[in-house]
Amino acid sequence: MYFDSVADALAMGGHGAFVWGAYGITFLIIFFVLLRPVMSTRRLNAGIREEALRKRSAKGAQGNAS
Amino acid sequence: MTEARDIDILHYCRSQTVRHLILILRSPSEMINPLVFFLLVIVLFPLGLGPDPKQLSILAPGILWVVALLSNLMICMRLFVDDLEDGSLEQLAMARVPLSVAVLPQLTASWLASGLLLSLVSPLFGLMLGLPLDVAPVLVASLLMGTAIMLLLGAVGAALTVGVQRGGILLALLILPLYVPVLIAGTRSLNEALHGGDPTVALALLGAGVTGGLLLAPLAIAAGVRVSLQL
Amino acid sequence: MWRIIHQFGSPPWVYRFCDRVIPWLFPITVLALLAGSVWGLLFAPTDYKQGDSYRIIYIHVPAAVVALAGYYVMALAGLVSLVWRIKLADTAMRAAAPIGAAYTAIALITGAIWGKLTWGAWWVWDARITSMLILFFLYAGVIALFEAYENKTVAARACAILSLVGTVNIPIIYKSVDWWYSLHQPASIKFTESSAIDASMLYPLLGMIITFYALFALLMMLYLKRSLTEDYARSAWLHKRLTA
Repeated sequence: MYFDSVADALAMGGHGAFVWGAYGITFLIIFFVLLRPVMSTRRLNAGIREEALRKRSAKGAQGNAS
Repeated sequence: MTEARDIDILHYCRSQTVRHLILILRSPSEMINPLVFFLLVIVLFPLGLGPDPKQLSILAPGILWVVALLSNLMICMRLFVDDLEDGSLEQLAMARVPLSVAVLPQLTASWLASGLLLSLVSPLFGLMLGLPLDVAPVLVASLLMGTAIMLLLGAVGAALTVGVQRGGILLALLILPLYVPVLIAGTRSLNEALHGGDPTVALALLGAGVTGGLLLAPLAIAAGVRVSLQL
Repeated sequence: MWRIIHQFGSPPWVYRFCDRVIPWLFPITVLALLAGSVWGLLFAPTDYKQGDSYRIIYIHVPAAVVALAGYYVMALAGLVSLVWRIKLADTAMRAAAPIGAAYTAIALITGAIWGKLTWGAWWVWDARITSMLILFFLYAGVIALFEAYENKTVAARACAILSLVGTVNIPIIYKSVDWWYSLHQPASIKFTESSAIDASMLYPLLGMIITFYALFALLMMLYLKRSLTEDYARSAWLHKRLTA
């Protein structure tokens, strides 16, 4: 490690809040852009599975009745 | 056959330009309004910045160009709207003349009624902002070319947004970033002329912009019109 | 060769491709992002001129580079969609726009923070920052145009034309902004252009640039998969894949 101590690394020669803040904001943005498609795919998939299940059970009920 | 068609196109362009000019002249307010808008905004600047002529003349190139840009945007917002409503845009797209050529007469007429007019009266507005008369030729020349480029670029945006509800603000969002080089070259030419420099580089760049715009923009405009008509 | 191109036009194939690559690419990219940040933040030496504030370079420059490249990716997808009318190219274009806008936002925000440290002001009309801001507006324009149309196929064609017009204009905009800046550049504001960057600083930077490209690819696949799921919700192949 380049820095002597953890405190030094956090301070960044007095610019700590700015440098760490820049990285923090970047990761926050990346996190949200990553999360958005993952979550909505999951939601869509759940809907599709549910529909498929409903169709199958409807078919099953029909089969039982006849 | 092809020869007959070539003559056709020239004749077509001429008659269509005349037609569009007549249409514009029939409702002169559409031609006058952007000019009044231009004047009005110019008046707002001394009111906001103070009447000191020295300060105004420093800011004048930027003010004139930004206002020219905005009034050009106003013209572009109206560009294909009526033609879409009365169906003549569809006729244009179906005609034997290639659409990229067929849109040119309207643009020419629009430019004659807006850009040309604005450029010719701009020295007057320059005087109001404390610009010396010696830079008037550069002002007129740069605006002549700049308004042509802006109209060509704006027409691309207008073609893409004409079919959209409330397309006006959308058009501004699409087109204003593309106007940046025109604004830079235009103000640069004026600043050079004001401070005893050589404005020809900036003017030559504007000329290159007109040439490039005339070559490429009609293709994009035609493609945009086809998209808006959903052909 | 032609078969590969053909496959990229087939939704089930692309869906399967994304499904297979994402489980690998996702952890690798996240790990590389973390490793690169740690390297840049803690292990790279301090710049003798700017001190530790220069460490922002490891996210600022990669974001800016990929943001610009992303516009070309979007325009290329638009061209493919216009010429060959491949629906997947529409989807790719639509996916690239918000990702590119996010990268541009990262470059702008980190640039502002860096500017505060080196120039003492949050916003400076520096040529590169200004160009980046205009790029952000170009992305915003494409996104807004896409949202404005009801019919998404028509929207994609309109966006394709717009992004191609933007592609022609981007070099002109960049050059003109540089030109503008060179005239107005005040003496006090100067960007320290280190012509010979030391290897110990360069390697983490290159690593981060590659990582940001990988992240772009990963995000494209995630958005592609999402859009495919949405567009083909009623098709048999997707049902089979999801319920198997």
